[in-house]
Amino acid sequence: MSTNEPRKAAPPKLDPVEAPPPPKPLAPTDSVAGRSLVIVIAIMTFLAALAAGAALLVADASADWRKDAAREMSVQVKVMEGRDIDADVASVTKLVAATPGVRDIRVYSKAESEALLAPWLGQGLDLAELPTPRMIVLRVDPASPPNLATLRKDLAEAAPSAVLDDHRLWVERLSQMAGTVVAIAALIFVLILAAMTATVASATRAAVATNREIIEVLHLVGAADDFIAREYRKRFWVLGLRGAFIGGGGAAAFFIAARLVARRLVATPGGDQIEAMFGTVALDARGFAIIFGLAALVAFSTGVLSREIVLGRLREFH
Amino acid sequence: MLRFDNVGLRYGPDEETLKDLNFSIAPKSFQFLTGPSGAGKTSLLKLLMLSMKPSRGKIEAFGEDSSKLSKEAVTRIRRRIGVVFQDFRLLDHLTLYENVALPLRVVGRDEASYRAEVFELLRWVGLFERKYALPAVLSGGEKQRAAIARAVIGQPELLLADEPTGNVDPPLARRLLRLFVELHKSGAAVVIATHDLDLMDQYDAAKRFVLADGRLHVYE
Repeated sequence: MSTNEPRKAAPPKLDPVEAPPPPKPLAPTDSVAGRSLVIVIAIMTFLAALAAGAALLVADASADWRKDAAREMSVQVKVMEGRDIDADVASVTKLVAATPGVRDIRVYSKAESEALLAPWLGQGLDLAELPTPRMIVLRVDPASPPNLATLRKDLAEAAPSAVLDDHRLWVERLSQMAGTVVAIAALIFVLILAAMTATVASATRAAVATNREIIEVLHLVGAADDFIAREYRKRFWVLGLRGAFIGGGGAAAFFIAARLVARRLVATPGGDQIEAMFGTVALDARGFAIIFGLAALVAFSTGVLSREIVLGRLREFH
Repeated sequence: MLRFDNVGLRYGPDEETLKDLNFSIAPKSFQFLTGPSGAGKTSLLKLLMLSMKPSRGKIEAFGEDSSKLSKEAVTRIRRRIGVVFQDFRLLDHLTLYENVALPLRVVGRDEASYRAEVFELLRWVGLFERKYALPAVLSGGEKQRAAIARAVIGQPELLLADEPTGNVDPPLARRLLRLFVELHKSGAAVVIATHDLDLMDQYDAAKRFVLADGRLHVYE
């Protein structure tokens, strides 16, 4: 290193005792309006995060249903006059066991098939006289599922009363329902964000109107519009950050509490029903990341939006 | 520095408040602006600080036609002008220190870089001990001094002061005048709007701008 380089001037030594307190924001922050805005942003973020979390849960559950349904098919062998149902079941079993793409089969016995009807018909009935159909459940390889048209044709030849159900209708209905729920959640989410945008815009305009005197002084001492808008952006960013993280934190706490409650309900009829519909009612790390990403986005947008509005108002002043 | 050509100012449909103003403020000049109450001194100062546009005529500010200035150019020019308002216009939520430092803060200077300057000026105007007080607890005289300190901290090329000694006792008024004279000697042009004849008599080297019936009479 050369010793001939000019030395940079040392910064002036300042007495630490005289160091002033941290500078206050030029746009005043601790107003009642500011606190109200934090509360509104917190509530809106909470609701938006709930909507997003619910949409995520339903979308995940729907994907699970579709995956499960794609792995499973069933063959129903009905009672048909003039045919021996046990013989039909045996030939169908033989046929499906030899079909490529079928991994596993489970044949429901007569008693098991009747037991499936118990929830609808009640206990203690003698079902022996009823023409109870027999079920054969096939586990299929989702990567290379059996050719349905061929299987249907083969089944019709082996046992005319056999009906193959690939659950497509059920899956389509579930997908439609899940799609509707997700669309409604997305709509609610968008409406909440629109309401929040309108609230922030109105609060910014109110702040500019209230602080008009301050803005005028700032202009007269040489502040550029950009500088003033930046000061407001900082103010609203802080308010947005506070509100968004209270709301986002609240939503995260809500989903954690829901998971704990669901765990306590495990093995109860209600709990089983919820689990059948929504899986484990638990957001994974991705879900929490989305909630906090949403909160960060709300805070960031609050700052950017207020800056743009302030710049617009300042142009009007000019 | 500033030149007025046939400038007139009218509020609404009434008669012109200021008529046919033809004068200039030369660099490094010193002038008192005086006249009876309601003569339009504050209006003229607003025209000088470019916070108002004339109804007619042309104002040239630092070599540029003020009617053609962009907002950025107006901001640039305002940084060369220091203003002491009659009603002080300190920001109530900021401490005295922050108020005085405002012109340096808005141009993006780091706080540590101007602290010593602001402290020194606060000492000079006798407000150092109250540097972290809020304007609400200051007396009229203290606010006046703070407003002056804020106007001069950026070492402006032109200082405009509206009744800067209106709220202080005669010894302090003399001291504040000395501050303006010092600033003038260091190269700034100064315009002081005042009713105070004693103050004007203390500095004979100054020009006198007298406003009467909306017209300006200049006495060298």
